[in-house]
Amino acid sequence: MTTVSMTVNGKKVSADVAPNTLLVQFIRDNLRLTGTHVGCDTSQCGACTVHVNGDSVKSCTMLAAQAEGADVTTIEGLAKNGELHPMQAAFKENHGLQCGFCTPGMIMSAVDLVKRNPNPSEETIRTELEGNICRCTGYHNIVKSVKAAAENMGG
Amino acid sequence: MSVENGIGASVRRKEDQRFITGNGHYLDDMNRAGQAYGYFLRSPYAFAKIKNIDLSAAKSAPGVVDIFTGADMVADGIGGLICGWGITSKDGSPHKAPPHNSMAVDAVRHVGDQVAFVIAETLEQAKNAAELIEVGYEVLTPVTNIAKALAPGAPQIHEEAPGNLCYDWELGDKAAVDAAFANAAHVSKIDLVNNRLSPNPMEPRAALGEYDAGSGELTLHTTSQNPHVARLIMSAFLGIAPENKLRVVAPDVGGGFGSKIFVYAEETTTIWAARKINRPVKWTADRSEAFLTDAHGRDHVTHAELATDNDGKILAFRVSTKANMGAYLSTFASAVPTYLYGTLLSGQYKIPSIYCEVQAGFTNTTPVDAYRGAGRPEATYVVERMMDTAAKDLKMDPTEFRLKNFIQPDAYPYETPVIMTYDSGDYPLAMNLAKEMIDYNGFAARKAQSEANGKLRGIGVAAYIEACGIAPSAAVGSLGAGVGLWESAEVRFNPTGSVTVFTGSHSHGQGHETTFAQIIADKLGVPIDSVEVVHGDTSKVPFGMGTYGSRSLAVGGSAIVKAVDKIVEKSKKIAAHLMEASVEDIEHEHGVFSVAGTDKKLTMGEIAFAAYVPHNYPADLEPGMAENAFYDPLNFTFPAGTHIAEVEIDPATGVVDIVDWAAADDFGNVINPMIVEGQVHGGVAQGIGQALLEGVIYDEESGQLLTGSYMDYCMPRADDLPNFRVATTNTPCPSNPLGVKGCGEAGAIAGPAALMNAIVNAIGKDIDMPATPEKVWRAINSN
Repeated sequence: MTTVSMTVNGKKVSADVAPNTLLVQFIRDNLRLTGTHVGCDTSQCGACTVHVNGDSVKSCTMLAAQAEGADVTTIEGLAKNGELHPMQAAFKENHGLQCGFCTPGMIMSAVDLVKRNPNPSEETIRTELEGNICRCTGYHNIVKSVKAAAENMGG
Repeated sequence: MSVENGIGASVRRKEDQRFITGNGHYLDDMNRAGQAYGYFLRSPYAFAKIKNIDLSAAKSAPGVVDIFTGADMVADGIGGLICGWGITSKDGSPHKAPPHNSMAVDAVRHVGDQVAFVIAETLEQAKNAAELIEVGYEVLTPVTNIAKALAPGAPQIHEEAPGNLCYDWELGDKAAVDAAFANAAHVSKIDLVNNRLSPNPMEPRAALGEYDAGSGELTLHTTSQNPHVARLIMSAFLGIAPENKLRVVAPDVGGGFGSKIFVYAEETTTIWAARKINRPVKWTADRSEAFLTDAHGRDHVTHAELATDNDGKILAFRVSTKANMGAYLSTFASAVPTYLYGTLLSGQYKIPSIYCEVQAGFTNTTPVDAYRGAGRPEATYVVERMMDTAAKDLKMDPTEFRLKNFIQPDAYPYETPVIMTYDSGDYPLAMNLAKEMIDYNGFAARKAQSEANGKLRGIGVAAYIEACGIAPSAAVGSLGAGVGLWESAEVRFNPTGSVTVFTGSHSHGQGHETTFAQIIADKLGVPIDSVEVVHGDTSKVPFGMGTYGSRSLAVGGSAIVKAVDKIVEKSKKIAAHLMEASVEDIEHEHGVFSVAGTDKKLTMGEIAFAAYVPHNYPADLEPGMAENAFYDPLNFTFPAGTHIAEVEIDPATGVVDIVDWAAADDFGNVINPMIVEGQVHGGVAQGIGQALLEGVIYDEESGQLLTGSYMDYCMPRADDLPNFRVATTNTPCPSNPLGVKGCGEAGAIAGPAALMNAIVNAIGKDIDMPATPEKVWRAINSN
């Protein structure tokens, strides 16, 4: 076992875990933050995307131990003081989700996308979201949501 | 008077708040104190006899609670998995449904077949122990291709199904068709492969089984589209527990597309094992297991011929299909290539006679069952590829050929030669709208422009029809269904005026919590935030048939309307009493009850309160305000429309660029246009996936699944898809009180045919799905 400590959604957390524990397992199983989902076993689907030190990361591609000391944000930490993040609000407003399973990862990726591309074109959004699979929406309304959020985020 | 958030409003979804904040409750998010973890040892071979299984080393591995095999379940009296729809062959014999144990007993018949269930304190311990199980296999030669499996001399997969034949079924008047062909001026022919697909809802299947030794009750939390049907089958056929001792709960479910209709081995084994070890047991599929064991879709090989006269009128249609059932017959597998396929071969056309024959057979592959559209995409693909081929043979514009042969708007009810009675529609309206949306007449100029740039351009049409709202019970029963296909609802007022709606439908992305609440808001004037929709728990909702076949609104929504009607009827009596008027004088609109010709009125909330606090109340009336209803429609619904795809292809690379997509769909009345559009987007995306990207591939020699992960099976990504132009036409459905038809499958039904017609149009050659760049390039460069 190894002790890992990090800040998750602004709260300091620490736990003894097996050295091969993935960050996503730490988040889901140790912290019981189940908004971060697992949709595949080859790091393709992006349902487990979180932010590590501000950058989007597929949390199944990283050991918990690699996040030692890091500042991690999951979907549960995105809304502030009960107020939805503009990306969350845009997904709701534009019907950017159906079953909702890919949604947390999609939103976390999209927040990072807009951070790096404040005024993204449709093409940029589609290319950037290549690592997040949605089976329900056909992406049409996801693209629309990200565009709308980018405008509201001051892009 | 219109109502806020009522029928026809694009209300933002109530369920979204929990999904966008990470507060959904999907199955793997649930845990129970003392739970153990299950893991399946699966067959590495496509076809093998099991000579022996040695569990001794594995059982003593760290953390192992117990290990079970198929023999343990048989010894416990647990029955095999069933197919709930009986098909009769041409010769009158019933279809062959060989035994299908949850875990293999003497043989494995596809890669991934269950061999043992290891339960341990942690998942990792269960996986490690599984590696210590010694299985003695006698490896046999597999067959994965349906045409080869049905050919003489193929490996025999089940002794109960000689020649691997499940059934040889026919529909229609063969003699009439043969006669029409004999006298036809033109005969057009086509050979098609409908590629095998993996449904891939983003949430993998999972189960959490609990046993209460005190009450003897079992609770199975599972990723199901139809929890009551799962309970019924597990109870009546498998003998897991009596229905009254078995609770099945489907919480938030992350997509289904058909694949979560079926009663599978893993969920069955999990709940059975929970009782055996008297502890909660949790099993969650990983994506590899999903590829190996979630029922696949499609996998047809078809030859079709169309007879036409000199004026371009269709005379007759004949279709011969071979359908791959996989290694075992899944829950509703037999119905898909028969009554959900052959019955739709008239499409939108007036065809005097049709004959269809389908041979379904077994192979050493994952079982095939209903996947979004289920039979109707396959039918539409045959019909619409055939129409384009015939139009080309006749040198007619494909839309003109279709318009010439459409069933006309004044022809309803229209009886097809393949036992369907279409109830309503306006096919020319939808086609002309789609043509206008995509500027069909401007295509030639766009094509010239592409050619000037060294690109090939094509346009493709699919005029589809589907039979949705799957029901009615008497009809499906006469065709072999083992269940009734009605739906249930209860509308329950609380004393303070809020409402809880219990529905037998199940939402796994469709937005029922919003759409159904809109019905209540509209009909009873209750604010939408005061309406709660409960679904997916057999201990809460009345027995329901669940969600598939675009039936939730047409059947489940109609059941809600029926319950609302009873609420209104009772409320009128209370209103009459309270306002000292006769019941006949009470008028009702959107939850306001008034006395005709006066300004006296009471709201639904006031009446509900009076029903629960009946101090001043009609003497002969029961207190309380809750009504239930079961609704069994008289006919299917028939959504139909036209999708048109436009593509540009780079002949140097074979890459297909979808430059435009127009969808004009007739879904009858629409409750929430935003949700309907989203359903069309998602359906088309899956249709495009089938046509361009997806395909389950087995190695024919070893029977290994080659497309077993997202590295190998090409799921549509955001940058593979275009934006969609979506519009609806509306001929209300006459057979249900909402006038709705169903919208969930349309895109997946129309999509592949429209896109493949566009590609064939661009390259001038026939090509099978998926039209990968390599395939397209080879077709372009072939002679």
